[in-house]
Amino acid sequence: MSQADLTMGGRPAGLTAGPAFSVPAKKMAMWLFIIADTATFAACLVAYGFIRNATPNWPRPFHSITNVAIMTFILVTSSLTMLIGVRAARAGDKAGALRWTFITAAAGILFALLHVREWLALIAEGMTLFKNPWGTGLFGSAFFSITGLHLTHVTGGVIALIVVGIRYKGSRYNADDLEILGLYWHFVDMVWMFVVPLVYLLNLAH
Amino acid sequence: MVAQDAHAHAAPQGFIRKYIFSLDHKVIGIQYILLALTAVFVGMFLSLLMRIHMIWPTAVLPLVGEIKPETYLSLLTMHGTIMVFFVLTTAPQGGFGNYFLPIQIGAPDMAFPVLNMLSFWTTFVAFVVMLAAFFVTGGAPLHGWTGYAPLSALQSAGPGEQLGADLWITSIAIFCIASLMGALNFITTTLDLRAKGMTMMRMPLTVWAWFITAILGLLAFGVLLSAGILLLLDRNLGTSFYVPLVVVNGQVMGHKGGSPLLWQHLFWFFGHPEVYIAILPGMGVASQLLSTFARKPIFGYKAMVYAIMAIGILGFVVWGHHMFMSGMSPYSAFAFSIMTMAIGVPSAIKTFNWLGTIYKSRVRFHTPMLYAIGFVSLFVSGGLSGPFLAQPVLDIPLHDTAFVVAHFHLIMGVAAIFGMFAATYYWFPKMFGRMMNERWGRIHFVLTLIGTYSIFMPMHYLGMAAQPRRYSQFTEVAYLSNLMPLNRFITYAAFITIGAQFIFVINLFWSMFKGPKASDNPWEATTLEWTTATPPPHDNFGGHTPVVYHGPYEYGVPGAPKDYVMQTDPAGVAAH
Repeated sequence: MSQADLTMGGRPAGLTAGPAFSVPAKKMAMWLFIIADTATFAACLVAYGFIRNATPNWPRPFHSITNVAIMTFILVTSSLTMLIGVRAARAGDKAGALRWTFITAAAGILFALLHVREWLALIAEGMTLFKNPWGTGLFGSAFFSITGLHLTHVTGGVIALIVVGIRYKGSRYNADDLEILGLYWHFVDMVWMFVVPLVYLLNLAH
Repeated sequence: MVAQDAHAHAAPQGFIRKYIFSLDHKVIGIQYILLALTAVFVGMFLSLLMRIHMIWPTAVLPLVGEIKPETYLSLLTMHGTIMVFFVLTTAPQGGFGNYFLPIQIGAPDMAFPVLNMLSFWTTFVAFVVMLAAFFVTGGAPLHGWTGYAPLSALQSAGPGEQLGADLWITSIAIFCIASLMGALNFITTTLDLRAKGMTMMRMPLTVWAWFITAILGLLAFGVLLSAGILLLLDRNLGTSFYVPLVVVNGQVMGHKGGSPLLWQHLFWFFGHPEVYIAILPGMGVASQLLSTFARKPIFGYKAMVYAIMAIGILGFVVWGHHMFMSGMSPYSAFAFSIMTMAIGVPSAIKTFNWLGTIYKSRVRFHTPMLYAIGFVSLFVSGGLSGPFLAQPVLDIPLHDTAFVVAHFHLIMGVAAIFGMFAATYYWFPKMFGRMMNERWGRIHFVLTLIGTYSIFMPMHYLGMAAQPRRYSQFTEVAYLSNLMPLNRFITYAAFITIGAQFIFVINLFWSMFKGPKASDNPWEATTLEWTTATPPPHDNFGGHTPVVYHGPYEYGVPGAPKDYVMQTDPAGVAAH
């Protein structure tokens, strides 16, 4: 079963002749996954908005945006390095593509480490899933659930970057696969662009 | 990047690779159907226990013992969940869709065979986890298939709300993942793997229905997955997304600040599209069969396609009509009510087109056609109570009564089941190479049609007479005592209807081995599955890729040598 790899044995499009949808199956599947995952994240963010609006005196414990700004900078930059990697792969520069893919993975790891450090600091201040020193326990529930879901996606992305990178090196994957993984990576970046204003900036102390 | 990809995987050898962990969409389709067949018997048995309890509340039953109120709620929960998820979602889409969507568009298999296998086995795991809820301490959960919080969110809310409820939610979450994988595969296959000449507007309406259903599933199941995970957090890790300050048995629970309405919103945002996930494939099958057996082109093909799309889109903006009872703002309720009644328009377009298709035709009354007509009948009967329930003023008194039970069973329960029966009788010859017994098929149809109408029509009346739903026992309630004869009638009808289903099962398995051999195209239909061998070879078309020249409903074409033109027929008949 040589197809039991990450691509699920997908085959390229092309049975349809003529000017039909020329998006290859694997890329299409990634777009569809992103749509479904958008619904998953949207449900969490809507739930957060719902309980935040329904709760008087919602806590606003964050005093500084320094850490989240650094994390955002790293994640956005990693999207750029991903783009450079894909472009290198398209140009046939295999070593370059591999280097930039691994730089992207490294940025993901750095992001995750900063995130975990932030979590640990909040936990040290007494915040858990169900209580915190600043007000309703729902704040911790929402914060850890949403950022946790995002962190899971980042972690999965880092693993995928490493695996696809290694297989790309071994020529089992090509530039297309790198580009498809890039779509996922940009999506994770995009979700973070919603998390930052809704979860961090809205909860910044006055 | 051309046709040699048709052989991306070779025909497997060995029993396990061929029948258990198969990559062949046809085998996977049959696996889905068998899973759903098992589930439907479990679900049916549970409903029978409920009906027995309603009229003989003190009866001590073999295997089950005495049915206590909490047992009744467990039966109700598991009946609803198993039927909605593992029958109505699984068989029409995962089963028949898996088997026939690739063949009808001329593809050798699904776009992602391994993913397809994974989604079936993930569904299987979900089913096992769901059934396990029966056997743990406390038994199955009590919160209904809708899982309303805070009942579903508190371990101490009842005996079934302990491990049983955790298993229930876990099973639903696993099922969501399986459905997402399936939906992704269906959409990619439809868009990418159509044969040459198979334009979108030449696809059979079955394919359109499966395609739109997959889109609904892709958008809806992710939301339920999120909602379910938050519910698991509430139950096990102490969060309070869905739980306000509550007191259970005199004890203040540790939760504070959450909103049960949040669960209702998230659940029904999934839940309403879910009912279209159940019924749309049935609509596709009915369209296909009415045209085939009336020997006429489908009336208004494009209108049918746009109606399916409109139903799919509107299905996402009406979830609030399940929540009129929640005390929502009358302005919101008004908006949801208008959108809900708007669904009547595409539904009516479909109904009129079905009637237009068989109008003035010489119908061939084979068993699948009977079931297709039965589908239309039940769709109309169940649908007509929809506009009533769509209005808050009427929904508020009717919502917690048997009226709603009657409504949704007719339209998304039995109508969808009739779609599956129609599909089974219609495609059985292609799947197994033999015909099903026609006489027993008709007997099964008559008994099932009369039986289901006898069960669900009187329930409307019971509802209007204010018989509540989800109550385990009302023999002691004075104002309901006059309704007991009707309740008894319904239970007897349920016995007969369920008995009649054994005719179907025996017919199914008997015909599989002993039925008369079927030709390649016994119904003289035009779509691609009837151009290939019976049963279809591993790559569906025996090494070549079909080329399509016509729309799917070229019946009664003037000037054609036969009264139908196959989609693959290159003869120069004016094409739609």
